[in-house]
Amino acid sequence: MTDSRLAPRGHRPYLRLIDNDHSDEDHMTSPFTALRVAVTGGTSGLGLALLRALHADGAQVAFVARDAGRVQRIAHDLPGTHGIVGDIAAKHDTHRIALQINAALGGVDVLVNNASSLGPVPLALLADTDCEDLEAALAANLVGPFRLTKALLGSLTASARARPATSALVVNVGSDAAVTPYAGWGAYGASKAALLQLSRIWNEELAEHRVRVVAFDPGDMDTPLHAQAVPDADPATLKQPADAARELLALIETERTRAAI
Amino acid sequence: MKAAHQPIQRPRAAKLLVVGADGLLQLAPRAELARFLNRGDLVVANDAATLPASLSGIHLRSGAPIEVRLAGRRTLAVDDLREFSAIVFGAGDHRTRTEDRAPPPPLRAGDTLALGPLRARVLRTLDHPRLIALAFEGTPQAIWAGVAQHGKPVQYAHVTAPLALWDVWTRVAALPVAFEPPSAGFVLDWKMLHAFIERGIGFATLTHAAGLSSTGDAALDAQLPFDEPYHLPATTVDAIAHTRRRGGRVIALGTTVTRALEHAASLSRGMRAGAGLADQRLGMASSLHVVDAIISGTHEPGTSHYELLRAFANDDVLARADAVLLANGYRTHEFGDSVLIERRGCASCGDRRASASAGAASAVASR
Repeated sequence: MTDSRLAPRGHRPYLRLIDNDHSDEDHMTSPFTALRVAVTGGTSGLGLALLRALHADGAQVAFVARDAGRVQRIAHDLPGTHGIVGDIAAKHDTHRIALQINAALGGVDVLVNNASSLGPVPLALLADTDCEDLEAALAANLVGPFRLTKALLGSLTASARARPATSALVVNVGSDAAVTPYAGWGAYGASKAALLQLSRIWNEELAEHRVRVVAFDPGDMDTPLHAQAVPDADPATLKQPADAARELLALIETERTRAAI
Repeated sequence: MKAAHQPIQRPRAAKLLVVGADGLLQLAPRAELARFLNRGDLVVANDAATLPASLSGIHLRSGAPIEVRLAGRRTLAVDDLREFSAIVFGAGDHRTRTEDRAPPPPLRAGDTLALGPLRARVLRTLDHPRLIALAFEGTPQAIWAGVAQHGKPVQYAHVTAPLALWDVWTRVAALPVAFEPPSAGFVLDWKMLHAFIERGIGFATLTHAAGLSSTGDAALDAQLPFDEPYHLPATTVDAIAHTRRRGGRVIALGTTVTRALEHAASLSRGMRAGAGLADQRLGMASSLHVVDAIISGTHEPGTSHYELLRAFANDDVLARADAVLLANGYRTHEFGDSVLIERRGCASCGDRRASASAGAASAVASR
């Protein structure tokens, strides 16, 4: 029925994915084989490390970032991944992004809201923070993940219905700045605190649909975002993004198979 | 009936008319829909997300402006999206009534259409000057990106404000394969799905590429609905079998769900999970094999949607229902009010009225 010439390299035809509603899990060589994962902010730092780890483990991955050139380069470097150009903080991009994620993967099992904004750079005391910078941090770190999760909730609940043994999952990448009041991290910390509480409430509300929503704190990593925040940090004291990505994969595996509440 | 002009999926004042298998009519606020469903019933929704299927652009050979409305595809496969059937209009946009739209320039096989970032070639004309088969150039990924960026939801003159995708995606929208919204699903929100769970009402989905509801041309409209591909998940097939064993009602949320389920049930091998192509028409003469009741928008006689309702209720019952809808100011079209119609002779419908009529609903007419 489908012309294989139309399929990009490494793309698993959609009909095989959806026709195997019950049998997918039986043939898995890793818990991530054929798992459909969408990652925002996949062109640097933790997002890129996560893409590489998911790709290596055989997941079907779509990623979203703003810079078309970088998206194209990474999609080329990791054949079979689907690069989508869009701005998670922009309201009018949300459904365009959701449409392309659903189209690329034929649905979604796991969404990782990883794209983040630091707020003002260099970091500023709250009293010196322009309200536009606070709004930008909230748009990228809170409202964007809220909107994209909402737009993908149909796919996530469909995934949960089709796979009675596992939960669909949303991972919101957080920070200890969401809990600890670090001076200078006001816009970032406040937005991540809101994201943490959003995750907890949504997790309660969606439990009956077997969609889990969890926050993940990767720790201080050697990433472009951290270098922007703390330019003179000694990289040797920082965690490697690849290690945090492995932890995140372990979290995905645990949360998906966790018994429903 | 009045048209609903505002793109609001769940207006507070939305109304419901319940048409019983015995012809009894009851009026209620639509927010109370769950009260008319019973423990053991199964609601099946279409979880197709709506494509921005209206693409404006230029017919390069003539330089004339055109609007292309994607109308059909062979399969739902996400990597099989080069070829579509499409309706083509000339200059203008949705604010002109479809019936009054200018025809496209004469279209020939091989013509190129420039549609924003997309390029498409006319493969052939399909026995009508407005209906063509076209093929997009580029990779599936580039085509999806181009449609997402440039396309707009198909829209009609009764709603003047430009529609955004969020206006036409239901709460459960997933795979982007519908050309118009499966709008019966606008009644759903997560609060209602929570109420279903609390009341022991099942919920399942299928994915059906809902097609265009109107082309503005009588000859083309007479061909509607076009063939529509669908996908039926295994868990939905299981849920239907379970519901029927226990004597619950299978309730289709919309005409597209009815069409897909009845198509799947009519196959000689019986209803099975997987892909299908709904190519049948449902009407007065059709006997329904699996759907016990339909929740639908209100439709006007003469449309293919109304024809489908005739498979559920006799013409005299529908005529009385129409009179009640009109007398009570019910609104029509995709953002309008709703009906719940039980299939005539539905065995599992008979003894279920008591729980519903005990509430605030007012019975307006009996057999």
